[in-house]
Amino acid sequence: MRSGKVIKSKIYFGGTWVIAAITLAVLIIIIGFVLVKGLPHISWEFLSQEPSNMGREGGIFSVIIGTLLCTLLAVLIATPIGVAGAVHFNEYAKEGRLVAVIRFFTEILAGIPSIIFGLFGFAFFVVALGMGWSILACGLTLAIMILPTIVRSTEEALKTVPMSYREGSLALGSTKWHTIVAVVLPCCRSGILTGVILGLGRAIGETAAVMLTVGGALNMPTSLMDSTRTMALHLYTLANEGISDEKTYATAALLIILVLLINTAADLISRKAMKDS
Amino acid sequence: MNTMKKKAFEIRDMDLYYGNFQALKQLNIDIYEKDVTALIGPSGCGKSTFLRSLNRMNDLVKGCRIEGDIRFDGEDIYAKDYDIITLRKNVGMVFQQPNPFPKSIYENIVYGPKIHGVRDKKTLNEIVERTLKEVGLWEEVHDRLHRSALGLSGGQQQRLCIARCLAVEPEVILMDEPTSALDPVATSKIEALIQELKTKYTIVIVTHNMQQAARISDRTAFFLVGEILEVDDTQKIFTNPANKKTEEYISGRFG
Repeated sequence: MRSGKVIKSKIYFGGTWVIAAITLAVLIIIIGFVLVKGLPHISWEFLSQEPSNMGREGGIFSVIIGTLLCTLLAVLIATPIGVAGAVHFNEYAKEGRLVAVIRFFTEILAGIPSIIFGLFGFAFFVVALGMGWSILACGLTLAIMILPTIVRSTEEALKTVPMSYREGSLALGSTKWHTIVAVVLPCCRSGILTGVILGLGRAIGETAAVMLTVGGALNMPTSLMDSTRTMALHLYTLANEGISDEKTYATAALLIILVLLINTAADLISRKAMKDS
Repeated sequence: MNTMKKKAFEIRDMDLYYGNFQALKQLNIDIYEKDVTALIGPSGCGKSTFLRSLNRMNDLVKGCRIEGDIRFDGEDIYAKDYDIITLRKNVGMVFQQPNPFPKSIYENIVYGPKIHGVRDKKTLNEIVERTLKEVGLWEEVHDRLHRSALGLSGGQQQRLCIARCLAVEPEVILMDEPTSALDPVATSKIEALIQELKTKYTIVIVTHNMQQAARISDRTAFFLVGEILEVDDTQKIFTNPANKKTEEYISGRFG
């Protein structure tokens, strides 16, 4: 009886070990494959030169700039709105029916395929508002896409702030608003930052929503109203049109490195947050 | 004797409801200036609820409704135009669990004064030193004022919370079982502190500890299921209570 249980437990343990190993192996193979094929083609020239001949030659400097502009713009727009929304849900509105409805839609928003965001961005920002294919239209579209991530992580962070902090502040004669700004939000710094970085990661890797809103120009952008190209979109275009194998993999490798860095940063920050609290 | 003292709070016919549930019934009590008033009674009898209505912390509780007359310095604190910010500045509160903010010791103390408009660095420094000395914490922490308050022991944290409360120069300090989360040594320090503070402040303290009430308070109110059964000088309550229930409770027959 007893030994039967022990054997069973060993089988389960062995099973989970194998599955874990497979998961890890798949990850390593994918990342390794891209890095092995791409890293040899990453050079200073690749990073610092602008692409020429449709990306067949030269580097991807203007694409890197385009990527940074689009994603940073998205984060800059989505962060204040997302944090304000989370504060409203968690600190002011509490358990109203309207909040439940809005929260439900926020969850849905998080699950919508990104091409839908792209289509909306195209119809609304690019066409209806007349922004054309531009960094602005792309940044706004990506902002809407990453908003749920920021709202949710901020809300989670707000929930971990003990009620006693709020009471302590109010009992000293502080207003609710001042309590939120001076005591509650500072406790949430790491949580909010984690959400922002996760959003950033999602925005950087996004292709479909970007493709329909930013156009794909390869020249160096000079204003937010210019069309540009992000790394993910560049990668898609190079691969799809069979322009250059080595530039494709070099771009892919760079993109993977960037995303890994961003996720590591998010991980470090959320670990620090756990330690702090 | 007490008739000579000024009243800080006058409560007349106070009822408090949580939704349809009546938590406090027809309370009548005077709280005198520079007295320590202890609120005793079994769990769930409404002592903390009553305490939290004196600085309107119950406003945070959804569905909480108060009727009757609660006057602080002669003014109805539940009047529509009564300034709740000033009330809470004048009526400070110390909680059951020490709740310093996750900031430095210094920042914890200057938090209140800054809210109420003190900006001058020198004044703030003086407030920090004065209040920490008042609670007997200065010697222990003066060389680490800018370290996190969360690094202090439980007893030190509670004294810091009292100092934080003193920093806004209140008239009254409400204490909600301030020693129930502390060890005996820290508890006796807080009790000694309360004895010193009562020369300058009016103190209302909720306590589960009968000996504590007897040791530190001038007047005691005995609560039972939402009513004040008896309120009188502490000595009288503990030696010759008028109500039979009071006697049974303080002699440990229930609660």
